[in-house]
Amino acid sequence: MLEDPVVALTILTLSLLLGFEVISKVPPLLHTPLMSGSNAISGITIVGALIAAGNEERTVSSALGFIAIVFATINVVGGFLVTNRMLAMFKRKPSKS
Amino acid sequence: MIEQLIQFAYLIGAVLLILGMRALGSPKTAVRGNILASVGMLLLIVATLFLQGVVDFTVILAGVAVGSAIGAFLALRIEMTAMPQMVALLNGFGGGASTLVASAELLSYARAGETPEGVVPYAIVAGALIGAVTFTGSVIAFAKLQELMKGAAITYPGQQFVNGLIALGVIGLCVAVVLDPSALTLFFALVGISLLLGILLVIPIGGADMPVVISLLNSYSGLAACATGFVLGNSALVIGGSLVGASGLILTKIMCDAMNRSLSNVLFGAFGAQTVSDGPADAGPQGTAKGYTPEDAAVIFGNARSVIIVPGYGMAVAQAQHAVRELADTLTEAGITVKFAIHPVAGRMPGHMNVLLAEADVPYDRLIEMDEINPEFPETDVALVLGANDVVNPMARTDKSSPIYGMPILDVDRATHVFVVKRSMNPGFAGVQNPLFFNDNTMMIFGDAKKVVLQVIEAVRDLA
Repeated sequence: MLEDPVVALTILTLSLLLGFEVISKVPPLLHTPLMSGSNAISGITIVGALIAAGNEERTVSSALGFIAIVFATINVVGGFLVTNRMLAMFKRKPSKS
Repeated sequence: MIEQLIQFAYLIGAVLLILGMRALGSPKTAVRGNILASVGMLLLIVATLFLQGVVDFTVILAGVAVGSAIGAFLALRIEMTAMPQMVALLNGFGGGASTLVASAELLSYARAGETPEGVVPYAIVAGALIGAVTFTGSVIAFAKLQELMKGAAITYPGQQFVNGLIALGVIGLCVAVVLDPSALTLFFALVGISLLLGILLVIPIGGADMPVVISLLNSYSGLAACATGFVLGNSALVIGGSLVGASGLILTKIMCDAMNRSLSNVLFGAFGAQTVSDGPADAGPQGTAKGYTPEDAAVIFGNARSVIIVPGYGMAVAQAQHAVRELADTLTEAGITVKFAIHPVAGRMPGHMNVLLAEADVPYDRLIEMDEINPEFPETDVALVLGANDVVNPMARTDKSSPIYGMPILDVDRATHVFVVKRSMNPGFAGVQNPLFFNDNTMMIFGDAKKVVLQVIEAVRDLA
């Protein structure tokens, strides 16, 4: 499906626009969690790593794929966990007075 | 049939990512958003395992196990003050992974004796290039933030020229590889020179510009993932990657606007390099700043009814956030209104101060954004500046020759009294002297932010 350049361009353009729309009005309070959350999402390249490493033959490609999986998993797991840890600290409390 | 099920799972996964990302944008739904996005990611990963070409699960399991262990260890052990370097590091791993994926794919083509066609060669080149720049750029950003190397801008004569030459080399190699994707040597030369480019692009950028660099690298890692999506013809990768790419760009723009500087000025201006100081710094205001003690501060606080605390990078360095919270509590108990004024680029990453104060249990509705709090300074008795400098420099409003002219600042100088807690009289990151320190209503307290704040708390309690 993505072999067709027009289809590829359509998907790319629409998702970029969607990205701009989804994010544009985020309060500064959440800039860090948003960044680390979207950072975790950029680890989606793990999907590519799985395909590269999952080849039937063990080749240089699958070795590179293995390192790619390690890297991408660090990105995904670390990113989501640290975001969660951060968000757990954001809470509204009645002032103590 | 199975192929269609996978595509369907990809659709659901992508929708979850989008919904998750949107929910991350609001305080009430952010936790849910993060969970939604991670579930979406899990679905995408599981669906990928059912793809036709994916048959060797030992390598996959081993990789996921190692990566999860390292990722979880980092995420659970990291200090909140070290968040900027953590984000930079994770980003680097993502970019590195994309470069590896692009390389692995090109090698597979070569092994099979095929040549990639259509958009694929472009995507391979883009993925490898952007991923490699992200990888080394993030590693340098990490090293600067972790203070493994000098945080200030590193410049040398002819730097722009060298970078220009390398950029030309990158473009040349990109064209060459696209024209002949079977030229593996050229491809790996491209990867090598891109890695070098990442290093060279980030070393001339100084510490206080890191919020821009980190958000930009974040965007790059998304774009690299997006490119690998075109390499593999995988829609999930394209959608997820471009979402991150777009959001990173927006955040970058917000950071640049908050400094009233263009992106190219941040990236290539070598702002805050030592060389700047022989210019505007000497031309800055002269005079003697008056040093005061924490006890003096306690006396002033004793007569105050409203206080605004302005935290900066100095608070993060001194790990003073808990002490600051305690001070705010102490003052609140004494019947004083305490608010926090947060400049968008205070610290080393977007939202840095918010995270630290949240860690110290300061309720987030006490943290007020710049535009909202600025009108309040004239009616405020005391502004307490903790380790912030350029973001409170009144020269940005008045002095057209100043490098920071036009940068929106917090108007602390309009408060009745201003306390500035600072380690020394050294000019801030921009290398510009700060006339705030010489104002009649400004009192300097020299010392480590945490120690000073603890002493102030003690003195306030003694007086009460």
